[in-house]
Amino acid sequence: MHSTDWLQFALFIGLLALITKPLGIYLTQVLDVNGKTWLDPVIRPLERLTYSLMGLDRNKEQGWKQYTLAMLLFSLVGVLFTYLILRYQHLLPLNPQHLPGLSDHLAFNTAVSFTTNTNWQSYGGESTMSYFSQMVGLTIHNFTSAAVGISIAAALVRGIARASATTLGNFWVDLVRTTYYLLLPLCMVFALFLVSQGIVQNFKPYDTAKLVEAQTVQVAKMDASNQPVMDAAGKPVMEDKTVAEQTIVQGPMASQIAIKMLGTNGGGYVNANAAHPFENPTPLSNFVQMLSIFAIGSALTYFLGRMVKNQAHGWAVWAAMMLLFVGGVLVCAHFEAAGNPIHQALGVAAADGNMEGKEVRFGIFNSSLFATITTAASCGAVNAMHDSFTAIGGLVPLFMMELGEVVIGGVGAGLYGMLVFVVLAVFIAGLMVGRTPEYLGKKIQAYDVKMAMLSLLVLCLSILGFTAWACVSDWGLAGLNNAGPHGFSEILYAYSSATGNNGSAFAGLTANPANGDPHYNVTLAFAMLIGRFLMIVPIMALAGSLVQKKIAPPSAGTFPVSGATFTILLIGTVVLIGALNFLPALALGPIVEHFFTAGGKLF
Amino acid sequence: MKALFSDIRAAVVSTLVFAVVLCGLYPVAVWGVSQVAFKRKADGSLIVDKDGTVRGSSLLGQVFAGEKYFHTRPSAAGAFGYDGASSSGSNLGPTSQKLNDAIKDRIAAYRTTEGLAATAAVPADAVTTSGSGLDPHISVKNAELQAARVAKARGLGVEKVKELIAASTTKPDLGILGDAGVNVLELNLALDAAK
Repeated sequence: MHSTDWLQFALFIGLLALITKPLGIYLTQVLDVNGKTWLDPVIRPLERLTYSLMGLDRNKEQGWKQYTLAMLLFSLVGVLFTYLILRYQHLLPLNPQHLPGLSDHLAFNTAVSFTTNTNWQSYGGESTMSYFSQMVGLTIHNFTSAAVGISIAAALVRGIARASATTLGNFWVDLVRTTYYLLLPLCMVFALFLVSQGIVQNFKPYDTAKLVEAQTVQVAKMDASNQPVMDAAGKPVMEDKTVAEQTIVQGPMASQIAIKMLGTNGGGYVNANAAHPFENPTPLSNFVQMLSIFAIGSALTYFLGRMVKNQAHGWAVWAAMMLLFVGGVLVCAHFEAAGNPIHQALGVAAADGNMEGKEVRFGIFNSSLFATITTAASCGAVNAMHDSFTAIGGLVPLFMMELGEVVIGGVGAGLYGMLVFVVLAVFIAGLMVGRTPEYLGKKIQAYDVKMAMLSLLVLCLSILGFTAWACVSDWGLAGLNNAGPHGFSEILYAYSSATGNNGSAFAGLTANPANGDPHYNVTLAFAMLIGRFLMIVPIMALAGSLVQKKIAPPSAGTFPVSGATFTILLIGTVVLIGALNFLPALALGPIVEHFFTAGGKLF
Repeated sequence: MKALFSDIRAAVVSTLVFAVVLCGLYPVAVWGVSQVAFKRKADGSLIVDKDGTVRGSSLLGQVFAGEKYFHTRPSAAGAFGYDGASSSGSNLGPTSQKLNDAIKDRIAAYRTTEGLAATAAVPADAVTTSGSGLDPHISVKNAELQAARVAKARGLGVEKVKELIAASTTKPDLGILGDAGVNVLELNLALDAAK
């Protein structure tokens, strides 16, 4: 790493630490039904109107089952809403490119993908989605799936903070307030900043540019029925073709990119996502996008500390996340900067590192940093192609997702995922000292540990189960872009990303093949549903159990949930469980590929 | 049961209200302000010549192959590269035979075109595809290696060409963010304007 790389890294972590407290304090107001914010004069009337249209009594709280049911119903309506828009986009307005409706399995995959905050892109944005589909069908979930994640996290935190109670808040109020007071105003400002950097925001059709230097290329000659013409030797006849134009993609991009980052969605407007110069034009836009991915997740740790009246606990959780994050970035950046010895033997300058799949304006470090951030959080936007990373450089994003995306994590999802590990950490600590484990004065009992473990085992089962199935199936192997261990990594990455609701990919994998085979679209959609809802339900059950418990005053034997011991124990728990679950699979993919790279073996 | 129905109503109504506010008012508001404040950027940073023809976008690379022009990076976007309608990387991994062969060929071609020694190290960006396939930049080192060829083909002094390279170089933002790069489309247009 160069000295400017270290400076950028320090600037990033410093700024993140600075915004954590003020944004965390703001969150406590947003997530309180009677909270006061300086936006009240503008937004309060809209909030009131929304409640009255919904027929909602905002002061009525819900128990864990009602809260979860409301969340599930809302998500179900959202899936149907987007599914219908995508299927029938050719009948809807704002489709200047006259793009056709999507196939049923692609529409299902995409609707699930956006509802679960995964934003896996089985489709190529600019060649598949109309402006209406992008702006309405997809963007609505960018907001609401983020708001749902934050709501669930708020409910769990209330479950921890309240004593001898039964209710966890009101899902609808949390959803509306998070969307209106937090996401919408931040996105307004952020989107305008992004336009100032060069991201487009318009409703005109794609432009066509006349190339400065027209190119002559060789293409296979086609006959009248659009079949290649063969010569006597059975080879296709080639003819010259002049390429003189370039399509320039347009559309309402900036408004969508803002929430895509802030809500850790990650579904790009175009196929190349944030590597595309229109989605991410400058290093400054890149830096602010990276910061926005982590902003809310980081602030939620402060919210946790404030709600449980133990700010040191909030910071201890934040510190554990940051240490795991820094480790990931350093490993990834080291291997990307070292580059690929196979290509260096051919004559590529060794000092340049591995530039395959990376943009010049970001270079090695900002690509490695972005890759780690986007997978530590469950964002999934990419500014470089992870598929072309070195073996170990690519292992880092993969492992970050398999840790459960608890390193800051998705908005809300990162916090509730990490709190599951906190419960396990205090349980393990309790076993070691031979006392009933306690978390912030509440006894952690068998039911709580069962729910915590259930939410983790479901992830492991989905990732490894689907990967194993795809590996031994024709449809699974047909989608690969790379052979050997890297092909296995593509499959493992896909199901890790889908189950973790991340959405980034080793994008060589074709989940939506030309022959219309639906296996990948459907299995990935189920992995996303499992990773989202089968994780949330046990966590809400845990919240429902915790909220009823009494808070015992701390005694000499209480295990403190702040300070270095706790932070190290928490990191240990996260790494240990992640490693135990996934090291064997990683050994078959990136780890063995690392040794093949060193030995110069190609596939 | 009544509670279930009121939840269903809340789910449907909130989805529709959000669709209006988040998918209608919000993008239109961003559009309105940006059309006033950042018109050129909001419309794609288009480069338009004297007679009104769009020649490209400052943000998007184009293919250049002639000896009078600086060459952009190899591209995996579309069948012929730099296809603005299908941005993409190669997605080939570190042990890919296909990637290995492509890089080998590109290194040989680059050394021939730029008149380098048969063992000279070649800048990584010159022989690898970018993430988007539309990367507008090349590294400064890559541009400098191409300068002699372009200067000769155009009958310009190498110093003049290097001046133009410097003028088309994007410095790191705020002095530290990102890497410096030379915008190839802008550089080539500047060359055409110079002669």
